[in-house]
Amino acid sequence: MTTKSVQRLDRVVIRFAGDSGDGMQLTGDRFTAETAALGNDLATFPSFPAEIRAPAGTLAGVSSFQLHFADHDVLTPGDQPDVLVAMNPAALRANVGDLPRGGVVIVDSDSFSKRNLAKVGYTTSPLEDDSLSSFQVHDLPLTSMTAKALEEFGLSRKDAERSKNMFALGLLSWLYDRPTEGTERFVRAKFASKPDILEANLAAFRAGWAFGETTEAFAVRYEVAPAEHEPGTYRNVTGNVALAYGLVAAAHRSGLGLLLGSYPITPASDILHTLSGLKRFGITTIQAEDEIAGVGAALGAAFGGSIGVTTTSGPGLALKSETISLAVSLELPLVVIDVQRGGPSTGLPTKTEQADLLQAMFGRNGESPVPVIAPSSPVDCFATAMEAVRIATTYRTPVLLLSDGYLANGSEPWRLPSVDDLPAMDVDFATVPNATSDDGTPAFRPYLRDPDTLARPWAVPGTPGLEHRIGGLEKADVTGEISYDPDNHETMVRLRASRIDGIEVPPLEVEDPDGGAQVLVLGWGSTYGPIAAAVRTARAAGLSVARAHLRHLNPLPQNTGDVLRRYERVLVPEMNSGQLALLLRARYLIDITGYNRVRGMPLGAAEIDEAIRKLAQEDSTVEGQR
Amino acid sequence: MTTVDMPTPAHRSGLEGVPAVGDGVTQTKKDFTSGSEVRWCPGCGDYAILAAIQGFMPELGIRRENVVCISGIGCAARFPYYLDTYGMHSIHGRAPAIATGLAASRPDLHVLVATGDGDALSIGGNHLVHALRRNVNLTILLFNNRIYGLTKGQYSPTSEVGKVTKSTPAGSVDAPFNPVSLALGAEATFVARTLDSDRKHLTSVLRAAVEHRGASLVEIYQNCPIFNDDAYQVLKDREAGEARLIRMEHGEPLVFGPESDRRAVVPSSRGAGVEVVAAADAADRAVVHDVHTEDPTLAFALSRLDDPQMAHVPIGVFRDVDRPAYDDLVRDQVTAAREAAGGPATDGDLADLLAGNDTWSIA
Repeated sequence: MTTKSVQRLDRVVIRFAGDSGDGMQLTGDRFTAETAALGNDLATFPSFPAEIRAPAGTLAGVSSFQLHFADHDVLTPGDQPDVLVAMNPAALRANVGDLPRGGVVIVDSDSFSKRNLAKVGYTTSPLEDDSLSSFQVHDLPLTSMTAKALEEFGLSRKDAERSKNMFALGLLSWLYDRPTEGTERFVRAKFASKPDILEANLAAFRAGWAFGETTEAFAVRYEVAPAEHEPGTYRNVTGNVALAYGLVAAAHRSGLGLLLGSYPITPASDILHTLSGLKRFGITTIQAEDEIAGVGAALGAAFGGSIGVTTTSGPGLALKSETISLAVSLELPLVVIDVQRGGPSTGLPTKTEQADLLQAMFGRNGESPVPVIAPSSPVDCFATAMEAVRIATTYRTPVLLLSDGYLANGSEPWRLPSVDDLPAMDVDFATVPNATSDDGTPAFRPYLRDPDTLARPWAVPGTPGLEHRIGGLEKADVTGEISYDPDNHETMVRLRASRIDGIEVPPLEVEDPDGGAQVLVLGWGSTYGPIAAAVRTARAAGLSVARAHLRHLNPLPQNTGDVLRRYERVLVPEMNSGQLALLLRARYLIDITGYNRVRGMPLGAAEIDEAIRKLAQEDSTVEGQR
Repeated sequence: MTTVDMPTPAHRSGLEGVPAVGDGVTQTKKDFTSGSEVRWCPGCGDYAILAAIQGFMPELGIRRENVVCISGIGCAARFPYYLDTYGMHSIHGRAPAIATGLAASRPDLHVLVATGDGDALSIGGNHLVHALRRNVNLTILLFNNRIYGLTKGQYSPTSEVGKVTKSTPAGSVDAPFNPVSLALGAEATFVARTLDSDRKHLTSVLRAAVEHRGASLVEIYQNCPIFNDDAYQVLKDREAGEARLIRMEHGEPLVFGPESDRRAVVPSSRGAGVEVVAAADAADRAVVHDVHTEDPTLAFALSRLDDPQMAHVPIGVFRDVDRPAYDDLVRDQVTAAREAAGGPATDGDLADLLAGNDTWSIA
């Protein structure tokens, strides 16, 4: 065994890339779990094609998983990978362009056959010409080494080769000194019913580790020390799972049942999958016949006194518009979750975007305002889901929660909250008549409002004496009878708007360390990580920059206008063509500089940093702050 | 993929779980009549249906606060406003979807859906067939007047071919749905047809529909005096009606018509269906009606006797079979999950869920 030198690094970005069938998501997940167990801070970015199994070996079929881990707090999955693991020529070709000079490339040389090279347009092998000369290339016969390690198991060649991802995982685990117990435990549980495959995967994993230890190919082994974390118990969590758990927590705290009506759609389906397994928490899931039925079932359950939830992505939100508008008229609680993806139309189902903000705000007929909120990170999906339920049940309104594909599938460590510390969710139903009719008998007025919240009473079927009819026709103020009276309609339009405008939301907090910044970078949703990382870099370079992030998009925090007016320049980076910027300009008559990309990819910290510097250069007053 | 065996509950009433009125309490038609002014056109068949239902509901002995009527859009969809129960006048075609969510979350409610031929079969066709397929415990009243009334007279999915309307000046080229055939094809467990003008028949069919656990579809032939007047006049006219209406009764041979022209439904001599022959020629071949047979073939064949000319129109219950109701099964799974875990979730259970099985601690 050779003695390896050990080098300490403060941060590493690794991207695993291979064919859709190569198990790259699993490999990435496992490496992430090992990294979490070691105590690094981390962020992940899985990226995969919309096709389940695109033709093998093609660019269209490349699936990747990027992980950024460090001995300090991590805000993004990293703009560029330091290390690229490419299981075939397609994976190399699709990803090598993202690698900085000097980056490490580990490839499975067995897959670099003439045929596989030709499939992606390589006329010569990049392992043999000098096209990779600016990188540190390790071309290793991963497939044949895996097959050799598994000879004794008597598996078919195909089955044996299938474990090559575990060999690669073993090798990388060695290279970065990751703990392996978790992966061993995971393999034993996953393949418990298939002892042959179980043993083969373990053997491949261990062979990869042993290869690292013995080969001359890697002279250096790396260590990334644990990050400083607040004391507590942690787990790794994706945005979709955190969001589902937030809904469960809200239902549990409120004591109400929760009914999810949903139709499968990428990238939201994992919320349906997660909730459908949590029946013991009083969760009912209905996989509806279409998007409209999904939200319809949720609204029906809300009428009956449950927390009604529907989950979807942009195309589904379009279909649900009419029902959401009905909920606006009925003034019933409803939680609508849109996990945004690239549009228009079917667009980029597996890629991220923030382009449904205006649809969420305005995508309904008539004046139908709804509250809109957005989580800023995978972990924040938990608290934001609870906030959606709070607003919906307190103000009797549909609430739109805008997550996105990046938050949905990305993961990060989560310091587990104590259940006692979770927000209270007190919901009161109407139980007795709230008025007196002309003849002196008790009466129920379904649209008689709470003076503070302007919410109407939530009177559920089964409550004697409160029988009433509601519907999508305009209703008379207070009584809820059908009314075509012009003045009443205007009153009702204004009341519905006032109710939403009056929702209590916390003030916008600004991070402005030296208090003298002239530039404010304002974001919403999943751009939180890259914006925060970019601002950190800009400040390290001596720029004075303030930063703020909106969770509540409607209503906006009351101090938003004051905050915006405090700064000479406001930069709003968005993964759309400027939707928040449009809203802010219209609302506050303030000029906004947008930084807008719509590549189906999360924004990179470096590009936002560049946008900040460009803005700072344009503004000599900011120069003067240096 | 794997499948698991699902339980097959014993026969249950459609009203099981819905609280009854207290001892000595009697409800009357007035209890089910809301104060809202009824705004259908004079002569509309909906008045008769409303009166029949307001008169019939008290007989069920259930608390009116546990009755919910959900509708979509159309003339029929105004129905909930006139019943002094809980109600929702929702959006076009979506009532079955909304009712599904309500029924799944509340076992103690009797949920009615009031819909029309446009609402249920055109814009809401998808929701109707899926509510029937799932067998959600709903009573669905489909008011079929073969026309769009509220939008002032366009043809509907049940209008006959060639019908001249505002939107089909040269005659409709759309082939119509037969709602009973459609429902049977959608795996409905209870399908019936009745007439707005026959209070006694309407009430008896409704009673069977409410008693059925699962989705009950009741097609009600309903007259629109403004845009499609007398569409069913040949059935309502005493003599013409007697010759055409096949009043189906479970266990009885399907024989109908006046003594002078007695007819019988017999197995078809030309195919798998049934046909109508002179009773004298039927000998003992007349089909004996069986609403409880699992095989829907007979019910379907009977539904095909009807045609736009209405030469022979079966009314009554076509099919009434037991199959677990969707909402019961959904609730049973929640109950089973709770029981398996030792009861409703505690704060500790929630903490365990959030933690998962791969945590690490930092001191």
